[in-house]
Amino acid sequence: MAEKTISLVITRQDTPESTPYKEEFTIPYRPGMNVISCLMEIQRNPVNSQGQKTKPVIWESNCLEEVCGACSMVINGKPRQACTALVDKLEQPIRIAPMSTFPVQRDLSIDRSRMFDALKRVKAWIPIDGTHDLGPGPRMPEVERQWAYELSKCMTCGVCLEACPNVNEKSPFIGPFAISQVRLFNEHPTGNMNKHERLEALMGEGGITNCGNSQNCVQSCPKGIPLTTSIAHMNKETTKHAVKRFFFS
Amino acid sequence: MAASTKQFLYHKLHTLLGLFPIGLFVIFHLAANHQATQGPEAYNSVVEMIESTPFLIFLEFGFIYIPLLFHAVYGLYLAFLGKQNVNNYGYFRNWMFLLQRITGVITLIFVAWHVYETRIQAALGAEVGYEMMHEILSNPAMLGFYILGVLSTVFHLSNGIWSFLVHWGITVGPRSQRLATYLTVGIFVVLSVIGVRAALAFA
Repeated sequence: MAEKTISLVITRQDTPESTPYKEEFTIPYRPGMNVISCLMEIQRNPVNSQGQKTKPVIWESNCLEEVCGACSMVINGKPRQACTALVDKLEQPIRIAPMSTFPVQRDLSIDRSRMFDALKRVKAWIPIDGTHDLGPGPRMPEVERQWAYELSKCMTCGVCLEACPNVNEKSPFIGPFAISQVRLFNEHPTGNMNKHERLEALMGEGGITNCGNSQNCVQSCPKGIPLTTSIAHMNKETTKHAVKRFFFS
Repeated sequence: MAASTKQFLYHKLHTLLGLFPIGLFVIFHLAANHQATQGPEAYNSVVEMIESTPFLIFLEFGFIYIPLLFHAVYGLYLAFLGKQNVNNYGYFRNWMFLLQRITGVITLIFVAWHVYETRIQAALGAEVGYEMMHEILSNPAMLGFYILGVLSTVFHLSNGIWSFLVHWGITVGPRSQRLATYLTVGIFVVLSVIGVRAALAFA
C-alpha cells in the first residue's frame, strides 16, 4: 500500500535581503497534523520533493493554541496561524509563504516590530505605577467588560495588517489592531483617565485616517475581533476630540 | 495645532468636501440636466436661470472649483497609497475600496474634459445650452464616454456617502453599515437613471 503523503510548496528566503524562492516538499501523512507539525517533519528530515538535502525551513511558533500570534503566515493565500491550520482541512499542495507586509528575516520568520512600535505610539497600556499606593481603581460595568473582553483577545499576530490594502511600504498606517486597542484601553475606567493621549496618537501620522474601509481586517481576524466597529467608533471619538480641542481649549 | 495632525485634518476635509458641497452640486447638476428630457426649451430655461444667479463666478469657485481641486489632489494621493489585493481578498467592501479609487480617477479625467469642453469654452465665448450638449453627445463615442463618466461619478458619490458615514463615526456597527450599503445602492440607482436619461436626451 502506498503511503499517504502531504505536499507543500514553501516560499523561502535565506536572508532579509535575498530574493525569495519556492521549494516543494513531500512528507509522510499522520492523522491530526497541522502546518506546524509539517514544518517539524521537514526540520527532522530536510529533504525536498526532488530528494535533495536542503536547509530546514525556519518558522516561529510558541503557544500552539492560537493565542500568541507568533506562527502567523500565509497559508493557501490567506494569512492565519499555522498551529490551527489543520492539514485535513487544507487543499493540497499546501502553499505556505511569510506575511510579506512585514520584513522577512528568513523563510517564514518575520519581524513584527512595527506592531509593537504602534502599540507604544498609541500608549496601549494603563499607567498605574506610582510612588505610593493609589488604592483601588473605579469599577468597570459588567456589560462593558463583556465586549471589551472581546477586544482584549488581540494577540498582535499581524493578520489584519497583512490583509489591509493600506498597510504597505508606501503607507505609514499603524494598522487596524492598534486602533482597536485604543478603544479597549479608553474604555477601561482607569485607562480612560489618559484617553486624550491615545486619541492624539490616533490623530497623528499613519493614524486612523489611513483606514480606507476595505474591511479586510474584520474578515481576516482569527479572533473575530470587531475591528471595523472599533475603527468607526474611534473615528467618532477622534472627531469629537478634534472639535472639542479646536473650539474649547 | 500640532503639525502631526495635518494629515488627520486634510483627510477629514477631503471626506467633508466630497459631500458638502461637491456631492450636493453633483445632485443638483444631474437634476438640472434631467430637464433636457422635457425638451430643449425646458433645458435652456434652467440654464438661463442658473446663469442669472448673482455672483455666480464666486459661487463657482467657492463651492465647486476649489473644493473639487482639493478633493481631487488629495484623493489621487490616497488612491495610489493603497495596494489593491482583491485577487486574494475578494470581499464586497474590498471591491468597493478598489472601485472607489478607480472611479475617482475616471471621474477626474471625465470632469477635467467636461469642464474644458463646456465651462472653459463658455468662458471663451461659446453659448451654453441644449445645442452645445447636443453637438457633443450626438457623437456616439462621446455619448459612451459621458455615460461612463456619469456612472463613475455617481458611483464615487454613492460609495463616498457610505465611507463618509464611517469616517465621521455615524455608522459604527455592522448593522448600521449594512443599512447604509442598501441606502447608498439606492442612491446609486436613482442618480444613475437620472444621469443617463439626461445624457440620452441630448443625443
